[in-house]
Amino acid sequence: MEAAVHSREIRKDNPTLRKILRTVIWILLILLSAFTLIPFVWMVSSSLKLDREVFAFPMRWIPETFHWENYSLIWQRVPLVTYFKNTAFIAVVVTVLQTLTSSFAAYAFAKLSFRGRDALFLCYIGTIAVPWQAYMLPQFIMMRSMGLYDTLWAMVVLQAFSAFGVFLMRQFYRSIPSELCEAARLDGLSEYGIWARIMLPLSKAAIATLVIFTFVSTWNDYMGPMIYLTRDINKTVQVGLRRFIQENSSDYHLIMAASLCSLLPVSVVFLCLQRYFIEGIATSGLKG
Amino acid sequence: MSQAEVKKVRHRMGKLERKNTLVAYSFLAPNFIGFAVFTLVPVICAVLLSLFEWNGGDISKLKFVGLENYATIFATKKVAEKGIEYFFNRVDLGIALKNTVYYTVVTVPLTIVCALALALLLNKIKGAVFFRTVFFFPYVSSMVAICVCWSFMLMKDGPINQIIMALGINFNKGWTADSTMAIWSIILVSVWRNMGYYMVLYLAALQGIPRELMEAATVDGANKWQQFLHVTLPQLKPTTFFVSVMMVISCFKIYDVVAIMTDGGPGRATKMLVTYIYDEAFVKVRYGQASAIAMILLIIVLAVTMIQFSSEKKFSND
Repeated sequence: MEAAVHSREIRKDNPTLRKILRTVIWILLILLSAFTLIPFVWMVSSSLKLDREVFAFPMRWIPETFHWENYSLIWQRVPLVTYFKNTAFIAVVVTVLQTLTSSFAAYAFAKLSFRGRDALFLCYIGTIAVPWQAYMLPQFIMMRSMGLYDTLWAMVVLQAFSAFGVFLMRQFYRSIPSELCEAARLDGLSEYGIWARIMLPLSKAAIATLVIFTFVSTWNDYMGPMIYLTRDINKTVQVGLRRFIQENSSDYHLIMAASLCSLLPVSVVFLCLQRYFIEGIATSGLKG
Repeated sequence: MSQAEVKKVRHRMGKLERKNTLVAYSFLAPNFIGFAVFTLVPVICAVLLSLFEWNGGDISKLKFVGLENYATIFATKKVAEKGIEYFFNRVDLGIALKNTVYYTVVTVPLTIVCALALALLLNKIKGAVFFRTVFFFPYVSSMVAICVCWSFMLMKDGPINQIIMALGINFNKGWTADSTMAIWSIILVSVWRNMGYYMVLYLAALQGIPRELMEAATVDGANKWQQFLHVTLPQLKPTTFFVSVMMVISCFKIYDVVAIMTDGGPGRATKMLVTYIYDEAFVKVRYGQASAIAMILLIIVLAVTMIQFSSEKKFSND
């Protein structure tokens, strides 16, 4: 026992060993980061080359001359502006609707008692477990009969009422003490008042998480737009980019430039709000 | 209190309760109406549709066929004739199931190992936030962009093969065009994209391990490796279980990477369950059969979820 304590002290007091260990970990992490970022670096590098240079042997990570004109070319070749507008529209409307309706519903589930509450909530939870791919076909047939096929609104209603948002917000509201609501009720505040003036301001962190989750998943959604949006004026960035790739499959440099442009908005949002995103995942542990 | 008064109070309470219920419903309504119409109803319809034959068009063409769609996708007659091997080598469903299971069985442990390794390296180190952001970044980046980038990089003359050749290994095939390597290119992209996400979950779990446990182990003379094996790993068990279940479910739902990188090919080498559903539903327009395959997916996912629910109790008792 004494020896063990002793050796532990030695280990603690051995600054060179600690330093070496730390340096090794750092080098390892830098290498791994490089591996993780290789595709992005290659994307940037290829987007500045000529198409025949992209697969030249031996490859060059830094292009001989920087062909910045690729970036002005793609805006003429691909209706990227339309794609961006469509995607932004869907993302914003879905995010607003989702956040509002789910925080509203979550308040009822977390803080009000009414008949059938648990059964209804079970219904919500149950559908989280059901994969969308299992019911996308009946949903598609329904939406088509409603005249929503090939409209942006199809994408909106598809994602705006997800059970996941309700679940996330409910978990958060349950952590807010009910005494707060009781006190507000005694002070004569209506339930709507409590939601607007107490719950909403207190749940900023949860809302931020939900907003980023919704925004990123809407922006990156591929299968939904793939099924619903066929006309070019309705396409989102993802499916629009895909169409461009299929039609110009050998313009590697332009494809990479367009891909990079499609990454930018969501990357900026992520880098600005990454704290909420990552911590939101760590606490909720749920997939968006 | 007299009988009449009690009645009065009761009456008032009843009124209040009804009013409360109404208020609650008004909170629920905006979400519930959308949820019911666009999720609940389709889920129920999905089950029913698998019992019908319908090739699009007018709804009057809907024909009840019972379990015939299931018989078709399982190719029951031929399989009965030629044995189970025929099912996994020739029948679309068998191939899709085989590929999906193969993909899942490789991807899940590989991702867990990578995620855990990253989390261990990042735990309690300076600059963790920076590295965390880097490793997480692939997870938020757009599917089409990164899948296209990877499929270019994995081309015959692409950078990955050039690196492999430089290491002295003679390999110059396009990954996504080769029937054995195609599924591995999908695995590679999946692991690369998701490891950061699960790393975050592991990091949170690592931070939750009580310090006293680690200290006690050190006092007892355990070295770093023993500490990892006998303290850290057991403490991470619930997280690992949760992560595996989540990942198995999401693996069974794989579509995007496959659709963009290989489109199920070459041949049927990367045909997955969802790719199969998509083909039947939106390319071949066989709604009944597509729904029957969708039910297979549903049953698998629900079974995995059930396992999670029943085991969660066990873990919380531990």
